Amino acid sequence: MNKKKLIFITGAVAVGVVVQLLISSGVINPYFAQILTLMSMYAILATSLNLINGITGQFSLGHAGFMALGGYFSAILTTKLALPLPNFLMFPLSLLFGGLVAAAAGFLVGLPTLRLRGDYLAIATLGLGEIIRVMFVNWKYVGAAAGMKGIPGYTNFLWTYVIAVFSILIIVNFIKSSHGRACISIREDEIAAETMGINTTKYKVMAFVIGAFFAGVAGGIFGHLIRLLHPNSFTFMVSVEILLMVVLGGLGSITGSIAAAVFLTGLTEALRQFSDLRMIIYSLMLIVIMLFRPQGLLGTREFSLDMFSKFTKKAEKAER
Amino acid sequence: MAILETSNLVKTFGGLTAVSKFDIYLNEGELIGLIGPNGAGKTTAFNMLTGVYRPSSGSIKLMGESIVGQKPYEITQKGIARTFQNIRLFKDLTVVDNVKIAYHQNVKYGVATGILQTKQYVDEEAEIQQKAVALLKIFNLDHKKNELSKNLPYGEQRRLEIARALATNPKVLLLDEPAAGMNPQETHDLMEMIRWIRDQFKLTILLIEHDMSLVMNVCERIYVLDYGKIIAHGCPEDIRTNPKVIEAYLGEEVDLSAEN
Repeated sequence: MNKKKLIFITGAVAVGVVVQLLISSGVINPYFAQILTLMSMYAILATSLNLINGITGQFSLGHAGFMALGGYFSAILTTKLALPLPNFLMFPLSLLFGGLVAAAAGFLVGLPTLRLRGDYLAIATLGLGEIIRVMFVNWKYVGAAAGMKGIPGYTNFLWTYVIAVFSILIIVNFIKSSHGRACISIREDEIAAETMGINTTKYKVMAFVIGAFFAGVAGGIFGHLIRLLHPNSFTFMVSVEILLMVVLGGLGSITGSIAAAVFLTGLTEALRQFSDLRMIIYSLMLIVIMLFRPQGLLGTREFSLDMFSKFTKKAEKAER
Repeated sequence: MAILETSNLVKTFGGLTAVSKFDIYLNEGELIGLIGPNGAGKTTAFNMLTGVYRPSSGSIKLMGESIVGQKPYEITQKGIARTFQNIRLFKDLTVVDNVKIAYHQNVKYGVATGILQTKQYVDEEAEIQQKAVALLKIFNLDHKKNELSKNLPYGEQRRLEIARALATNPKVLLLDEPAAGMNPQETHDLMEMIRWIRDQFKLTILLIEHDMSLVMNVCERIYVLDYGKIIAHGCPEDIRTNPKVIEAYLGEEVDLSAEN
């Protein structure tokens, strides 16, 4: 248990340090550095949506809305109310603020809508995402339909990577706790979960709020990376893109979500010159997955070092 | 004093009265059967006792305290656990996780503690694991603790569901047709087990059952429900010879002498 944790932390730190060194020394050019930053950001988005959709089993399609809330409100803090704080304090503070606003919205919306099940919840959250987007289209203070300009470019790879590692760690630890097990039991059988003494509404809302919080943080990272917030950056299709990552990686598999986030972000960039074909390829991929591996690449399992040891054991047996 | 008592419990669905004048009491440590033909309202009565349905009128008292209108999870926390007619395990989770979830209501650490994985978290998790395995051992399932519960054979799934219900630390256990789909040998073993559980865990058990031999042999008192009404109540001998019951439930086809 502790050994695994140690391996994970050293691995995460090593990857971060190496990539950051490569960026600073210019081996990785700024374009690729931005892609790596986006990969980390999408990893936050995919894992946080997985907590709602995959772990708790509540089908939400409103993630872009929470992302927008986080993005705009953190940008308001850094751009509109330029507080006299150094950047390294200002940025995390604004992200925290954006995340909290998104979490608060998640709480307010989650309480009534999480009574709905399946398709109905999907439609309600889809509507929510659009309401949030339209709200920003009409809000003059943040530039309305023209978008919010002049946001400082605080986001860089290191910030995003560190925040992603911490977000994922928090979500994973939550899932491993008894509270996380309560969420999983709701996914498995809501009626049985309630009979086991679990307040299902409370845990559904809790998963929704935590998921919304991290979506808000990712939104803040996005705003300070692109330096322009436009309502059209948070359309329904963004929610679908994040959902695609979760489904591809496997509903309920955090490592699957991370891998899918990295893969699909890379694919998007690779296909940038065929942008018309991109959505076709996405859709085809989704169809193929649903046909041949409906549980996603990893299903509900996690990618771990144990998998290797099992694999090698099997190979050893086969050799004998 | 009765540990669980209902009086004048009524449940109507629109114009249909599913259960009416449902009066039962369970004394501490008793093993009570609730029988009746299909559609008599047995499961509806169970659902009222566990908070799934809110009674249209009447009262349910658990140790003298009314539990009408409380949510199912609150009633579970107060001490009523149940199993389901159609098994409702957490299919894609391991056997031990199924039981650990039932311990959740007693977990003291908060969300933040869980995320930070402090010593309290580690200690409590270790304790839950240990308790869950100990409980599985009683039900002879501990060697399968890391298997997915959907991969267990039918009889073991039934046992696991009972084990999981016991993990919520109930005072009253409601079993909804525990012998459904079991062969005579399995039913016999189950009978033994139910009696043993009652003594071991000092429980009060209410049992819905179709299998006459099980109810007659294991229960101390039996309620008979027909068309939503209690038509008879008494010890198995009385029920066996009660003409109303024979008419409503047992019918002519059951050879009573074979039972004796």
